[in-house]
Amino acid sequence: MMEILHCTVNGKPVEVGYDLRESLLDTLRDRLGLTSVKRGCEVGECGACTVLVDGVAIDSCIYLTAWCEGKHILTVEGLQGENGELNPIQKAFIEEAAVQCGFCTPGIIMSAVEIVGSGKQYTREELRKLISGHLCRCTGYQNILNAVERAVDECHKIVGK
Amino acid sequence: MEIGRSIHRVDALDKVTGRAKYTDDFRGQGVLVARILHSTIANGVVKDMDLTEARKVPGVVKILTCFDVPDIQFPTPGHPWSVEAAHQDVADRKLLARRVRIYGEDIAVVVAEDEIAAEHALKAIKVTYEEYPVYTDPEAAMAPGAVAIHDEHPDNILRHTCFDVLTPGAGGRGVDEVFADPAYRHFEAHIDTQAVQHCHIENPVSYAWMEGERIVVVSSTQIPHIVRRVIGQALGIGWGKVRVIKPYIGGGFGNKQEVLYEPLNAWITTQIGGRKVKLELTREETFQNTRSRHAIHFDVKAAVDPASMRLMARTCRAVSNQGGYASHGHSIVANAVTGFRQTYPDAFAHRSDAYTVYTNLGSTGAMRGYGIPQCNFAGECFMDDIAREMGWDPMAFRLKNIMPLGYVDPTNGITCHSTGLAECIRKGAAFMDWDKLRAEYAKPQTGPVRRGIGMAVFSYKTGVWPISLETASARVILNQDGTVQLQLGATEIGQGGDTVFSQMCAQAIGIPTEDVHIVSFQDTDTAPFDTGAYASRQTYVTGKAIKKAGESFRAKVLDFAAGLTNLDRGNLDIRGRDVVSTVSGEAVLSLADLAMEAFYSLSHCEHITAEETVQCKNNTFAFGACFAEVEVDIPVGKIKVLRIVNVHDSGRLINPKLAEAQVHGGMSMGLGYALSEEMKYDDKGRLLNGNLLDYKLPTAMDHPELHALFVETDDPSGPFGNKALGEPPAIPVAGAVRNAVLQATGVAIHRLPMNPQRMVEAFTEAGLIEKGE
Repeated sequence: MMEILHCTVNGKPVEVGYDLRESLLDTLRDRLGLTSVKRGCEVGECGACTVLVDGVAIDSCIYLTAWCEGKHILTVEGLQGENGELNPIQKAFIEEAAVQCGFCTPGIIMSAVEIVGSGKQYTREELRKLISGHLCRCTGYQNILNAVERAVDECHKIVGK
Repeated sequence: MEIGRSIHRVDALDKVTGRAKYTDDFRGQGVLVARILHSTIANGVVKDMDLTEARKVPGVVKILTCFDVPDIQFPTPGHPWSVEAAHQDVADRKLLARRVRIYGEDIAVVVAEDEIAAEHALKAIKVTYEEYPVYTDPEAAMAPGAVAIHDEHPDNILRHTCFDVLTPGAGGRGVDEVFADPAYRHFEAHIDTQAVQHCHIENPVSYAWMEGERIVVVSSTQIPHIVRRVIGQALGIGWGKVRVIKPYIGGGFGNKQEVLYEPLNAWITTQIGGRKVKLELTREETFQNTRSRHAIHFDVKAAVDPASMRLMARTCRAVSNQGGYASHGHSIVANAVTGFRQTYPDAFAHRSDAYTVYTNLGSTGAMRGYGIPQCNFAGECFMDDIAREMGWDPMAFRLKNIMPLGYVDPTNGITCHSTGLAECIRKGAAFMDWDKLRAEYAKPQTGPVRRGIGMAVFSYKTGVWPISLETASARVILNQDGTVQLQLGATEIGQGGDTVFSQMCAQAIGIPTEDVHIVSFQDTDTAPFDTGAYASRQTYVTGKAIKKAGESFRAKVLDFAAGLTNLDRGNLDIRGRDVVSTVSGEAVLSLADLAMEAFYSLSHCEHITAEETVQCKNNTFAFGACFAEVEVDIPVGKIKVLRIVNVHDSGRLINPKLAEAQVHGGMSMGLGYALSEEMKYDDKGRLLNGNLLDYKLPTAMDHPELHALFVETDDPSGPFGNKALGEPPAIPVAGAVRNAVLQATGVAIHRLPMNPQRMVEAFTEAGLIEKGE
C-alpha cells in the first residue's frame, strides 16, 4: 500500500509515493535518486546515511519516511550555492585532504553543517564527540577534524563580522 | 616538478558533492535482488532442503540451492594467476556449499522482486543437516581423529613449511649450533594475535546482467581484472565472456582484494534469463561471510650476544587460524615468518616454521599488511622483552640489529636498495623527546595511573615480486586541447591512487597534472591489464608503466612537433603546455595547436597515443617507526594513548599531503588493532560481535592527535624514487603501544587486543590489582 509524502528536499517541494515500512534512506536513494546518502549498516551505527531533518542530523536508515511529512530535508546535493559554488565545509574537506574513499564523507559533511549551523565554537575535544557518530576507516578522523574545525572557525569569523 | 606536489585529490570534488558514483548508485530501477541463505551450523553437510513454502512467497522469482550449482571448485584470492599448477591458488570453494565449513555458510540464494520478499522466503526454507564437531582453534583441528574440513587435507593442515636460513658469509653456523653456544643469552615468548576485520564502510555489493551471451558485473572491488578471471573459472566459461566494471569503492583494505560474491551473482543472472540482479551484503553478513585478518599464534626464541647486543639466531613458529576456506592460502603466514626474520637479520641463522590450519571460523584473507602486523607485534614485543631483561635501551638495541643498506634476503633475493630506518628512529625519538621521557618514566611509579613511552619499527616489501608476477600497463591518449587521458587497470580505492598516477604521468610527459584526465573507473573490456590494488604495489609497479607510457607518449609528440616545425628533434622539449626549443628556451608550438594538427590535418593526421606494459622484476623495502606515550589506569585496565607519531621511509613522496593522510588512516587501524578490535566467536563457531556496535572500531573520541613524519630516501629501484606506503602505517602501532604499557607498568602483554578486560586480567595476574573474592 503506497502513501504519499509531502515535504521539502534540498529546498524544493516534493511529493513522492512510499511504502509505510520504508526508511528515509531508501526513499532518498531509490525514489529521489539522492545517492550521496550512503548505506553502511542500516542500523544507525556508522553514520554514512546522515541527513538533516529540520536542521537536525539524523541517521536516515533508522528514520521512517512516514515521519517526514511537512519536514525540510537537506542532503549534500543541496549544499552548493546558486552558481554551483561549494559550501565552506565542502571546500574545507577538499583542502584539508579529509576525503579518501569518500563513502563516509557526505554523512560527516551533513553533521558538520549542523555543527557549523549552531553558530557556536567548539574545542577539539568537543568536535571529536560531535562527529563520533560517524565511522571512518580511511582517515583516522585527523583531517576530518581539521576540516570541521576550519569550517567552524571560518563561518564564525564571517558571522562575527 | 609534478612529483612532490601536494595537489588536491582529483576525485575530491565529486566526493564532497555526492556526485561520485559507487556500485549501488548505478543500479537504476527494477533490479531484482538476491539474498543468501546461511547455515545455522558450522561443520557438517546439508542433507535436504525443503523449498515448498518459500516458493509460495509473493515476489519470489527463483530459488537456487547448493544442489544446483556447477560442480566446480575455484580459488578466490586476488593474486596474479600462475600458469604453473604448483603455484596456483587453492581452489576449495563452490558457488554454494553442501559441505558446510563455517557458521553461516552460503547454502542457497533467493532471487526476488524486493528485499522483503527475499527475506520472507529465506525464513521459509527448511534445511536438514548432518552435524560434525566444530573446531575453532588450530590445535583442535590438527588433533588426531578430527574430521577433515576439506577432503584434500585430511589433517586440516592446509600447508606446513619449515626453513632454516643461514646468513651468507657468516661461517655456516646453524640455529642449533648457535643456541648451544654458552656465550649467548636465551629468550623465548608466546604471542597471540586476534582476528580483526577491515570494516570498509561500503559493504561488498555487485550487480550482474547479461548482454548477448556475455555477463556484465559491476562490483565494489580492488581487482577488476582478477574478478573477471575468477568468474570465468567459477562458471567454467571463457574469461572473454565476462566483463567487470569497477566504479568508486567505499574502502577495501584487502577484503576486496578477494573475489567475494561476484561469481555467485554472475551465475545467478545466467539462471534467470540474464535479468539484472543485485547482491548486496548486510553489515552482519560482511562480518560473518567475507574475510578477516588471521589470528596467528607465535612461539619465538632468540640467542643474543650480551657483548655486541646482536641477535645471533632466532626461531619463529607460527600457527595461523585460516578458518573454513583457504583464500590466500599459506601466503600470509609465510609472509609473516619471513617479515619476522627480515627486519632484524640474525648474525648467523634463522628457523621459520609455519602452519596454515583450516578451522570452522570465518575465512581469513588479506588485510592491510598481509601477515606483517601480526609478526611485527610478536617481534616488537620480543625485542622489548629482551632489552628490558638485559637492561638495554630498546632504541639502542634496535639500532644495533636493523636491516642494513644492501641487505639481500637469502631466500628470495629482495634487496634493501635504500633505507632511512635509522633516521626514522632518530626523528621519531626527537619528536617525542624519547631520552627525557624514557628516563623520567623509568623512575619508580606506584600510583594507580602510570605512564610510559614505547616504540616499534618495521620493514615492508613493495609489491609481490619474486613470489608472484608483477605487471602493469598504462595508456596515454592525446586530446584535442593538448591535454591527455590516462587509462589504467590499477584502481583507486580511496588511497589516492588516481591523484598520484596523474602526477606521475604529468611528470613523465612534462605537462601540468591539471592537464592529465584520469579515467577512474575500470571496465575490463577497455582498461589495460593490471592486477589491481594490493601489496602496496601500484605506485611502484603501475608507476613504472605510467612512466614508460608517458615517456613513449612524449617521444611521439616531439617527433610530430619536429615534423611540423622542421626543427631538430633533439632540440625540442615539452615544458608546461608548450613544445619549446632547448636552444632558445622559447615556445615553438603549443600542445593545443599541435593536437589540433594531429587530429585534423588533411595531410598528416595522426592519433597520438602510447600504451606500455612493464613486468617488474624488482622489489624494495619500505621502513618506519612508531612511538607512543601512554597513560595506564591500572584498576580499570584502561590505556590512554597520550601522544603518537609514525615516521616513514617510503622513498620519495609523490604527494606529501596525501601520504600524510594515508599514514593517519593506518595509525587509526593500528590503534584499533592494539586496543579494542577483536572478532569474538563462541564454541559453536558463531561470531558474537558481527556488527559495528559490538565490534569496537575506533571513533574520533578514541584517538589522540595522529602525527605523521617522513624521511624521504630516493629509492633507485622505484620509478620516481618511491616505495610502499599503503599498508605500512598500520604495522608498528600495536607494538609501540604495548611497549609503552610495558614501561609504564612492568607488565609484558603478549596478547591482542589490550582491551580493559584483558588488561585487568593481566594486572591482576601481575599483582598490580588485588585478586577479588
